[in-house]
Amino acid sequence: MRRYILQRLWQGVILLALVTTIVFFLGRLTGNPVDLMLPEDATEEDRTALIETLGLDAPMYKQFGIFVVNVLQGDLGVSHRYRRPVVEIFFSRLPNTLKIVPAAMILAMIMAIPLGIVSAVRRGSMIDRVSGTIAVLGIATPNFWLGILLIYVFSVQLGWLPSARMGTPLHYVLPTITLGTFLVAGFMRLIRSSMLDILDSEFVKLARIKGLSETTVVWKHCLRNALIPVLTLWGVFMGGLVTGAIVTETVFAWPGIGRLTFEAVIFRDYPLLQAVIIMDAVLILLINLMVDILYAYIDPRIRLAE
Amino acid sequence: MLRNLPWLSVGIIAAMLFMAIFAPLISPHSPIDQSLPEKLIPPVWEEGGTAKYILGTDIFGRDVLSRLFYGARVSMIVTALALLVGGGVGLAIGIVSGYVGGRLDSLLMRIVDAALAFPTILFALLLAVTMGQGLQTIVIAISLLLWARFARVVRGEVLAVKGRDFVALARVHGCSPVRIMATHILPNVLNTFMVLLTLHVGVVIVAEASLSFLGAGVPPPTPSWGLMVAEGRGKISSAWWLSLIPGIAITLVVLAFNLFGDWLRDRLDPKLRQL
Repeated sequence: MRRYILQRLWQGVILLALVTTIVFFLGRLTGNPVDLMLPEDATEEDRTALIETLGLDAPMYKQFGIFVVNVLQGDLGVSHRYRRPVVEIFFSRLPNTLKIVPAAMILAMIMAIPLGIVSAVRRGSMIDRVSGTIAVLGIATPNFWLGILLIYVFSVQLGWLPSARMGTPLHYVLPTITLGTFLVAGFMRLIRSSMLDILDSEFVKLARIKGLSETTVVWKHCLRNALIPVLTLWGVFMGGLVTGAIVTETVFAWPGIGRLTFEAVIFRDYPLLQAVIIMDAVLILLINLMVDILYAYIDPRIRLAE
Repeated sequence: MLRNLPWLSVGIIAAMLFMAIFAPLISPHSPIDQSLPEKLIPPVWEEGGTAKYILGTDIFGRDVLSRLFYGARVSMIVTALALLVGGGVGLAIGIVSGYVGGRLDSLLMRIVDAALAFPTILFALLLAVTMGQGLQTIVIAISLLLWARFARVVRGEVLAVKGRDFVALARVHGCSPVRIMATHILPNVLNTFMVLLTLHVGVVIVAEASLSFLGAGVPPPTPSWGLMVAEGRGKISSAWWLSLIPGIAITLVVLAFNLFGDWLRDRLDPKLRQL
């Protein structure tokens, strides 16, 4: 178990190093980094100061050294638009994202686990067909369009729910659904297909022969195993979740890091974008590590392997 | 083979291809010429609509229908190129990694793991800011998303094919590794590759639309469905058609390609069911 976690941690460190390197070289090799780093109205003094601090007249390897030292010290530059250190902006926005992402995940779990199980146990039933259709539609509908559609129906037409920004609990409803839908669809399909495999397996037959009730067999013996693929394929969901957060926060003007990423792109705020990407990478690594630990906890084959 | 063909999907796909290929011929208006006096005209069936603009006009008075046709073209070009580049690179890496094996294989698979663990959208956005928006940027960005997935699945297939007798025979016969990979391994993973391609069309269309929506896609005024949704977003309360019509187009086409891909997979390569 410890070896497994250490190995995962090591992989994470390599990934982080890779991301930082790519961010650095993309910023240097395409055009003039001074133009990328400074706002358009920057003075000549600003330019000389920047060249000085980033060592832009030094050879590339020295520049890279300065960059890495800065990153390690948490100094990722100053945003063009906000004229504040980017790390500071990132942390001021992070709590808002951490409010909707868990909400969307809880929604996904509440919907996907029971529907996935019931679809598998009662294969071909009405519930199976309806949830199958929802899953197919949920996967084919891009988040940004779903968000706008929900705004049109529930805010513009019905006037039930607010369409943008934060505030009351009602403000959470549409962003959570928008972000959660793709997770619901993905989780549900996965849980269904792995439940179908597991219901066929030997240990389930044994559990039934032992005379355990169907409820115990399904909810205790099967569910735990059916959740494993969700964790195995976590990386795929993570990618979707990050995209989803950027798009959803953009649609609902939600002041989190997704919206911040969008602003960095729209205003061509390179220092901000570079910082958001590096900080995101750190965040993703931490989350992945937690998922790995959870994975080991749920699956004894990993926990006990030496 | 044609039995149970998902006709609805095939019909939608055919319609989209038709729109994309013949956009200049069938578009009633220019997709980019502005006509401000005629801005925000609703579709023909709404009050105030005119037959001149069947699906209405946008904030600059451009014809939504024509933009939809040309947008299909952008989607198709990006999809074809991204699948060609990303899928091709993935196929090549998958074959080499699986066939050569050993250290190279574990190195390549580590890189694939890393690529799959990090959300490619962030790199795509970074590329758009550093390289500038454009067709080239978006194709590279989406290829980055695809190659690792292709490489992983193809490698798995190659491992299965590699152990079969005809490969050993070719080796005994004195074929070079390159020749074995090109003439003996490649044809045997093509089925899987085709299925992967179809299953990823939807992924690419959504990726392109999302990047365009975020202002990192093909630069305006070139019409793209994602961009059209983004442009109409601010007008959702008064001019619903601007966002909702291109959105419906995206969903329908992605749905059609996904269902078609599922069908093709069941036909050609049922092993891939888990995907």
